[in-house]
Amino acid sequence: MPAGPHRPSEECRRIFALLSEYLDAELPLETCDEIEAHLSDCPPCVEFLESLRRTVELCRSFEPGEMPGPLSEEVRAELRQLYEKALRGRPSGGAP
Amino acid sequence: MPATDAQQQEIELARRLVAGEPGAFERFVELFRNKLFQYSLLVCGHHEDAEEVAQDALFKVFEKLDQLREPERIRPWVFRIARNACLMKRRKSVFAPERELSLEELMPQAGEDGGQWKLEIADWSSLPEDQALRAELQRVVREAIQALPEIYKTVLLLRDIEGLSTAETAEVLGVSEEVVKTRLHRARLAVRQKLDSYLRSSRGNSSRGKAN
Ligand SMILES: [Zn+2]
Repeated sequence: MPAGPHRPSEECRRIFALLSEYLDAELPLETCDEIEAHLSDCPPCVEFLESLRRTVELCRSFEPGEMPGPLSEEVRAELRQLYEKALRGRPSGGAP
Repeated sequence: MPATDAQQQEIELARRLVAGEPGAFERFVELFRNKLFQYSLLVCGHHEDAEEVAQDALFKVFEKLDQLREPERIRPWVFRIARNACLMKRRKSVFAPERELSLEELMPQAGEDGGQWKLEIADWSSLPEDQALRAELQRVVREAIQALPEIYKTVLLLRDIEGLSTAETAEVLGVSEEVVKTRLHRARLAVRQKLDSYLRSSRGNSSRGKAN
């Protein structure tokens, strides 16, 4: 059994460093297998991974606390001018 | 990570924008101005600075639009501009010194239970069902992200909030993919740690109990 009775094993520590890549499916298959083998026998690592997974889920549904103020008509008109100039400058673009 | 519907829609919007389709300009300005503002706000920390930086970046986006060859790359392209605008404008004095987060400090405490070691962390299992708690957690997440050192904040925003790939994020920030992965992991761990202490505090877990 990989985990010692009283504290996280070296393997727990090694895996701890890889958990985000594991969640993002960015690890080589072989490393994934090693992690899954460890998880199958280490409830604390499973519990921790779950807390990290839920954290990522919450980050992905992040809601901004502040929004920018309204855009002034003056700025909007300047941006539109730049936009129209850029369209004329594009190889495939024509005037809007 | 496959592109989400929102990401697909943003790419489609960029295609319509560079094709000069009617309505695309208004929609693009509305959507990307907010993105630029959220990025700037996280980096600058002040609403007024963020407004100013976001506006500068938006001007740059349209000034350079004729150089955007691949509309599907709109997202990393825009954030690259946002990053440069932040670098130009930032007032050094308002920034806390950059601090590296170590894995050691982000590791959970381990305790003992009947001869078997266990983690001293909150009970995360009941989160998805509890709507009121989720709203509260959104606030904790926002504060936790704001409190991150800047190098971690930007990676978390680009990867998890905006859904850029590791390669795109590396390109925006001018670092290697390995650095992106390392920073993202630490950023998530730091947010996790804040959420965990919130859940373990009296407001979080005391009324729920571990048995449900
Ligand atoms: Zn373990």
